[in-house]
Amino acid sequence: MNELITIRDMCKIYNPGENEVRALDHVSLTINRREFVAIIGQSGSGKSTLMNMLGCLDVPTSGTYILDGKDVSTLTDDEQSDIRNKEIGFVFQGFNLIANLTALENVELPLIYRGVGARERRELAERALEIVGLGNRSSHRPAEMSGGQQQRVAIARAIAQAPPIILADEPTGNLDSGSTKEIMGILKRLHEEGRTVILITHDNEIAASAKRIIRIRDGQIVEDRMNENV
Amino acid sequence: MLEQKAIIMLLEGIRDTLYMTLVSTLIGYVIGLPMGIVLNLTRPDGLKPNRIIYRILDFICNIIRSVPFLILLILLIPFTRAVVGQSYGSSATIVPLVICAAPYIARVVEASLNEVDAGVIEAAKAMGASNIQIIFRVLLVEAKTSLMAGATITTGILLGYSAMSGTVGGGGLGDIAVRYGYYRWQTDIMIVTVVLLIVIFQIIQNLGSKITAFFDHRKK
Repeated sequence: MNELITIRDMCKIYNPGENEVRALDHVSLTINRREFVAIIGQSGSGKSTLMNMLGCLDVPTSGTYILDGKDVSTLTDDEQSDIRNKEIGFVFQGFNLIANLTALENVELPLIYRGVGARERRELAERALEIVGLGNRSSHRPAEMSGGQQQRVAIARAIAQAPPIILADEPTGNLDSGSTKEIMGILKRLHEEGRTVILITHDNEIAASAKRIIRIRDGQIVEDRMNENV
Repeated sequence: MLEQKAIIMLLEGIRDTLYMTLVSTLIGYVIGLPMGIVLNLTRPDGLKPNRIIYRILDFICNIIRSVPFLILLILLIPFTRAVVGQSYGSSATIVPLVICAAPYIARVVEASLNEVDAGVIEAAKAMGASNIQIIFRVLLVEAKTSLMAGATITTGILLGYSAMSGTVGGGGLGDIAVRYGYYRWQTDIMIVTVVLLIVIFQIIQNLGSKITAFFDHRKK
């Protein structure tokens, strides 16, 4: 089975009633293993809601979400949290690293949540840092690194436990153009190595590095095309 | 110069003052730290919002903190007597000191935890951390230096309060200052106790700031 993510007829309605907001309006979407997808939309388009759904951070009002063969649209909080830990590596706009911990300790965190033993944890974290080219920075703290380097640590944290999906929410939103190139290069490489990368952005230029571009507006998918230029 | 008897008395005063201050800070944290954590968790935008628990703790903190320490000291005399067996002396003073300190510490801890970047907590949640893991692996780690700064301030305040308890026979340097300075007009001894209190305060504050700075990695 090549389908990794299948969303069928998904709706998310906030404030049901008179002033309801249809953040997602009957969205159906399939993402295959090893795809590199950009979801693009302006703020208020519903892309953040879609990201929360894809990331198992929220449950839909109606519709189904099959992730890796499992129906995850009806799970409890704890079950969702488990799925997130195993299946999805998150990368955020604001890096969200812990300032008091070193790069290595930050990368180890999701492994700690999962209960991986200290030695294995350390090895996995070191390997993840090497993948993003920061093997020599493992004892540095976030404040001692540039924004681009911090985001690379955050990517290492996302891939440390080898989740099949990497979900990146505006990963270059806080970065200068040089660091942006660097981060996009790493995401591309992670995709080439066999990971499924989902990129959420409002920026056409960033989205252009993905192989498939999905545009969302007013809670609906208005465009879904392969990117010929990649 | 001071006679030997006075020097011994002052040394005992220092010992009693340190005993009251440090023990009440310690016990205060045993009660106040969990209280502060619960306040942070149950607040409306906390990890586990719970209006009832938050309101109750919030109310307790506000009530106790709005009673001036000297009044609390007198108000608690029957309670202190029941717990320690007497209402005067250093050990007895620890009871009202703890009761005064715990809600204060809870507030300081709550404020430190509230300061932790919401994004970092969001990230931990996204990565599948449980609430317990978020408390111990994220909140307390990220608020570490702020908590240490809070503990330093708290210790300094309790030093002052322990001296205040001298007015009702609390023991320690405050007691000596009141007895000699106020009742006997022996200004020299009072001045020495004041200087000693200042020195102790400086040591606590500087030590606290140094430890905090050592563990602070937020800035370069």
